Amino acid sequence: MSLVDIALSWQKTETARETRRRRVSPFDHPIVGIVFPLALFAAWEILVRAGIVGGRLMPPPSKILSTVYALSASGDLTTHVGATLRRVTIGFAFGSLVGTALGALTGYSKLLARLLDPTLQALRAIPSIAWVPLFILWFGIFEASKVALIAVGVFFPVYLGVYGAVTGVDRRIVEVGRVFRLSGFELIRLILLPAVLPDFILALRAGLGLGWMFVVAAEFMGASEGLGYLLVDGQQLGKPDQIFAAILIFAIVGKATDSLLLIASAPFLRWRDSHASRI
Amino acid sequence: MLDIRSLSKIYPNGTHALQDFSLNIGKGELVAVIGGSGCGKSTLLRLLSGLEASTQGEISLEGRLLREPDSLVNIVFQEPRLFPWLTVADNIGFGLRHLAGSERDEQVSEALEKIGLRGYEKRWIKELSGGQAQRVALARALVTKPAVLLLDEPFSALDAMTRVELQDHLIDLWRANATTMLLVTHDIEEAAYLADRVVVMRPWPGRILEVVDIGLPRQRNRMSDELADVKRRLSDLLAHSLHDGSRTASA
Repeated sequence: MSLVDIALSWQKTETARETRRRRVSPFDHPIVGIVFPLALFAAWEILVRAGIVGGRLMPPPSKILSTVYALSASGDLTTHVGATLRRVTIGFAFGSLVGTALGALTGYSKLLARLLDPTLQALRAIPSIAWVPLFILWFGIFEASKVALIAVGVFFPVYLGVYGAVTGVDRRIVEVGRVFRLSGFELIRLILLPAVLPDFILALRAGLGLGWMFVVAAEFMGASEGLGYLLVDGQQLGKPDQIFAAILIFAIVGKATDSLLLIASAPFLRWRDSHASRI
Repeated sequence: MLDIRSLSKIYPNGTHALQDFSLNIGKGELVAVIGGSGCGKSTLLRLLSGLEASTQGEISLEGRLLREPDSLVNIVFQEPRLFPWLTVADNIGFGLRHLAGSERDEQVSEALEKIGLRGYEKRWIKELSGGQAQRVALARALVTKPAVLLLDEPFSALDAMTRVELQDHLIDLWRANATTMLLVTHDIEEAAYLADRVVVMRPWPGRILEVVDIGLPRQRNRMSDELADVKRRLSDLLAHSLHDGSRTASA
């Protein structure tokens, strides 16, 4: 009887250990996230090939990939991605620079916050696309108006994030700085800046996301190159595969820039003790 | 050495937090301040650390008037208030930024040795337990070699075991550095066990009820009858102060 019990319990612990091992191994890997879209693409491909679904308006993944390949083989892809990336980069640089500066100033000084924040909030309430006609009148239909629109899109999340982060710095930790008799500049450099860094990175990521959103709008308003142009062109010439190809590239390049931002900021955020720091 | 003369603090909202507080603390003395909430204990430390300005009265350290944070006065708060973006070593060395790297490293590792956290230099603050973090906070304050160390209920957030451990640790540090210490606490045992003198406060407005000379030898036993007597006396005084305080408040 007791022997049976021991054997049973032994078996039990063995299976428990096994399930634990199993739980750790395959399904914890990040690659699991790719299973669902792959299955979806496969089903899509099969449905079109079997003739169950017409492939003209819903080109199968193989067609989209071959379009991407053709675009890159002809060199067009580099041109379009380059143009879009350049606009996003410049717009992001302007928008995040001004957003950071104004957010830091209003966060630091109550007077400036009273003076500037209401105006900025009012401007924020305007749907940014509404600026398009004005920007075209001011900056022309070429690069400047596009970059300006992207910069506006990037500005607001960055401004709000930085402003909130600076005002949200723990008073108690600032007091420690005062006990150690830091000068105003030292207080900013040694305490305020590192304290707001996690929120700042988050604000930059939000800004970058909006930058990608606004570059499409900007390129819709008349562009001869760029991923947005590929979208418009695909619609006008009835090339859904080109539209899907552009969307796919948007997803890849957008995700890549976001990952780049994350990777670049990771070394500065290792100290963080939070759920999200496990990324 | 630390001379506090009729210190008063009325906050802008009208709260009379501290009234006519006078006390002369000798060099190397360890004074505890006890009292219920609202008796101005924390306000006293905020005034002494220069974080708040007094409404009346003055504080002088060896004849020099103190009006703002001073390099010879440091404070340890109830929470460790460490900088999470710095390593343990950089936190401890925060007040030594003006020193050369090697000299600073030397002092930091010496301090880590003293608080029993050798080998923790490169750790992040998030990796420390509550007791370890408070030790690091103590070390961060003490490496600057302050003449006066203020302690604002430094052990109240810790579990009982860790608290006892850190109280004994504080005594060791106090002996080693001959630092004058002013400890605010609501723990009667902590005050009786650690202090040379105990200032009993009464609330609304916060003022001194009585200053009790503990008069026990330094090697104290937590379980001794003498300490129990002191604790009983302090406890009676506290009960009296609260009773008296509430009567004043309702009058």
